[in-house]
Amino acid sequence: MIEGIGIEHFLVVSTLMFFIGVCGFIIRRNLITMLMSIELILNSVNINFLVFNRYLYPDQMQGHFFSLFIVGIAAAEASVAIALIINIYRNLQNIDVENVSEMKY
Amino acid sequence: MSLSVFMFYLLSGIILTFSVLSVTTRRILRAAVYLLFVLVATSGLYFMLKYEFMAAVQLTLYAGGIVVLIIFSILLTHHISHRFKRPETMNLLMGIGVAVVGSGVVLATLLTHPFIASNSPELPVDMSVIGNQLLSTGKNGYVLPFELISILLLAAMIAAIIIAKKDKNKNSEI
Repeated sequence: MIEGIGIEHFLVVSTLMFFIGVCGFIIRRNLITMLMSIELILNSVNINFLVFNRYLYPDQMQGHFFSLFIVGIAAAEASVAIALIINIYRNLQNIDVENVSEMKY
Repeated sequence: MSLSVFMFYLLSGIILTFSVLSVTTRRILRAAVYLLFVLVATSGLYFMLKYEFMAAVQLTLYAGGIVVLIIFSILLTHHISHRFKRPETMNLLMGIGVAVVGSGVVLATLLTHPFIASNSPELPVDMSVIGNQLLSTGKNGYVLPFELISILLLAAMIAAIIIAKKDKNKNSEI
């Protein structure tokens, strides 16, 4: 734990980051920027896991491993999402969510 | 104010500023670069918490891997000087409303809940401890999620290749 900084400071930062991501997910109309908002959300959850692990249970490592697995899942999700986005672009010539209303292959 | 407190506020300021910029900027390549700044500052927070391995994973996988992937896909699908239209007012109001209400509820809960910091001795998180726990089947072993995530990564890799592959028979249609 860090001298002079309480657990609440970290939690406030990660909460604000989470809701900035949610806000971006609602506002944006482009698939890649929506994916970037999801990355923000996952990242803020990671901060929470590590901070709870370090401050409340420093003799265990559950939070550390969970955030490790979350990073791996985020990488898998981003790669599949970008493959889908490229395929959608190939079919529709743009990647706005309004135009993706049918699954055509 | 000690140096670590100063570093914490600097990193949090960078995180919050650039995440706001990343969801509001109208140039998509800039949004990706702002996201990169957010991820690097987050790995700085992990260094401050003394999770060096996690910070290194964050730097290599997120800042090195995912951001490069996003930038490549931006370059494949957008013209470089492309600017977004302004979002519709209704959308903007809804998004900001959800964010303000949600963060208000969560912050009110957080700041009234008493968190009791533990005084037990800190476990050193070095590579040998991480490796032993990740591959052990006994108490505090994580070999099952480790195997699961390796299968998941393999499946995601195959799926990404198959989805993004050009279909040879359908080439003439495009």
